[in-house]
Amino acid sequence: MENLLRVNRLSTHFHTDEGTVKAVDDISFRVGKGETVCIVGESGCGKSITAMSIMGLIQAQGASGVTGGTIEFGGEDLLKLGKNELRTLRGSEISMIFQEPMSSLNPVMTIGEQLTEPLRIHRKLNRKAAAKRAVELIAQVGISRPEQIMDSYPHELSGGMLQRIMIAIAISCGPKLLIADEPTTALDVTIQAQILDMLRRFKDESEMSIMLITHDLGVVAEMADYVIVMYAGKIVEEGEVEVLFDDPKHPYTRGLLRSKPVLGQLQDELYSIPGQVPDPLELTESCYFHDRCEFCMDICRVKGPPLRGVGERQKTACWLYEEANVHA
Amino acid sequence: MSSVSGAAAPGRGAKTAVKSSMWRQSVRLLLKNKLAIAGLVIVVLMFLACFIGPMFSPYADNKTNMRIMNRAPNLQHWLGTDKLGRDVLTRVLLAGRISLTVGLASMVLSVTLGTLLGALSGFFRGVVDQVIMRVADLLLTIPSLPLLFIFGALLSDWKVPPENRMYIVMLILSLVNWPSMARMIRGQMLSLREREFMQATTVLGLNNKRKLFHHLLPNLIPLIIVIATLNIGGAILSESVLSFFGLGVTAPTPTWGNMIDAANNLIDFQERPWLWMPPGLSIFITVIAINIFGDGLRDVLDPKQKR
Ligand SMILES: Nc1ncnc2c1ncn2[C@@H]1O[C@H](COP(=O)(O)OP(=O)(O)O)[C@@H](O)[C@H]1O
Ligand SMILES: [Mg+2]
Repeated sequence: MENLLRVNRLSTHFHTDEGTVKAVDDISFRVGKGETVCIVGESGCGKSITAMSIMGLIQAQGASGVTGGTIEFGGEDLLKLGKNELRTLRGSEISMIFQEPMSSLNPVMTIGEQLTEPLRIHRKLNRKAAAKRAVELIAQVGISRPEQIMDSYPHELSGGMLQRIMIAIAISCGPKLLIADEPTTALDVTIQAQILDMLRRFKDESEMSIMLITHDLGVVAEMADYVIVMYAGKIVEEGEVEVLFDDPKHPYTRGLLRSKPVLGQLQDELYSIPGQVPDPLELTESCYFHDRCEFCMDICRVKGPPLRGVGERQKTACWLYEEANVHA
Repeated sequence: MSSVSGAAAPGRGAKTAVKSSMWRQSVRLLLKNKLAIAGLVIVVLMFLACFIGPMFSPYADNKTNMRIMNRAPNLQHWLGTDKLGRDVLTRVLLAGRISLTVGLASMVLSVTLGTLLGALSGFFRGVVDQVIMRVADLLLTIPSLPLLFIFGALLSDWKVPPENRMYIVMLILSLVNWPSMARMIRGQMLSLREREFMQATTVLGLNNKRKLFHHLLPNLIPLIIVIATLNIGGAILSESVLSFFGLGVTAPTPTWGNMIDAANNLIDFQERPWLWMPPGLSIFITVIAINIFGDGLRDVLDPKQKR
């Protein structure tokens, strides 16, 4: 599959008074045209920072910010683009939706004003044409009486409706890549399913690629072509969705999959991985997962494992499989 | 508004209808606050009295009349006459014109200046912020009364004809008042720009101008209205102080401040209360009324600022 986005050795670090937070630490991945890539991991493992780095939302302050790597989009390195070039790309070629629909829209502007804005700026539509297109978009995201919605303010709509509006805004200019950062986390389950359905439909209709961030494996199973598992700023495992769900290699991925309740299968207790995500300030030269890992070995405490291919469609960063390779 | 025309494009009328419904809700809330409405009524009456009242006065020419000096209130002169035989009531109303105009105009000036500088400061941060805020800090470190006197003294040296002095006073007041305004707007700006919907505007590829004027400033309007209202009261008070000390508007143009100043001696104070009570009460009532109204406005428009 042709590459749309290629992130290569991306690092985003924050220098704070207490020390350096390596929120994203040397990660590489790709998103193909028309592909849905899911990034999963517990809260605080760097998923949002990855998305924000790609969108150029991390402001460099001193030594903090994106400290290394390239982000190639359609052959160009986004990190090298000027402000204006980046601005023409944002909202038209790449767009993003956030977790909290309630706070993602300007409270004092009508839905119509906010929905027509990117159309007028990027598509250069006049007021009338933009309004016409906006009404179509509202209808497309499954909201009835779109003309009336145009004149509403965000506080007059429900969370689910607002997230639909956010999606309408995001897809309004026909982006090639949609980054969705936990788009359904704030919504209740039935609406969650509708929103995901809708995203999938738009993807199929328009050849759009989706980079979906979530901590919900149910969402991953439903949406993903390819899955990336992050832990403490690093990718610990990645692979095509069937392979990864069938045969997870990394103990962290296994833990995540085990902590998901399975329908019709009685479990004594819902499994959860013991321990907590390490303090990003206290990371040492080790596998960051070693203190929560049931297979922890000596080497895990002193050296971080590299991300290596295991089989053709899967990569993992775990000494267990390095050992296996060595002995084979 | 459910009957939006069949056309896909929403009519302009419908849009303004919703916009105004938001304001209408605020107005409804405000109307429930009896005290605030009383304040507003008093302010409006004061304005009407000052701007229309003198037209019906036979003494509006402000002429001196030596035969009727320092008369106590009587049927011809309801509030008596001053030491040059001028009608005190007419003069209080004429003075009100000046004081209210200066209050309003200097408010507009300082709010414009403060909003602009504060918004730029909070939006662009960095060097722009440093420069603007250091100047503001400098002005804020000096208590406002001495600062008023300094500016008053400096500008008094200019040979400005008395009838134009009120413009100088407006300038002085706005010079003194913009920094606190700018600070508040800047603070609000700093918190707004971190809100998620502002991040969303970046993601949508909007430019700075659009972000500032279409997204941020509209969010500040309630705050600006509230501060502006409260600002008028302060400006009227400061103008009176300046004029009382002879640094503001000077005779023969009457203002509430310089009328009190004219009666600033023991005999007038003890024997002729009609000379200083009316302007004094006018200041008192107007400023209190404006502040009560402003507080009510704040409760409606900016509930978070409630103390
Ligand atoms: N501005 C910042 N300064 C310092 N640390 C930060 C900053 N922003 C995020 N972090 C840290 O980066 C890590 C990753 O955050 P994030 O990407 O938001 O996690 P999540 O995977 O839940 O989206 C967290 O440990 C967080 O504390
Ligand atoms: Mg997050």
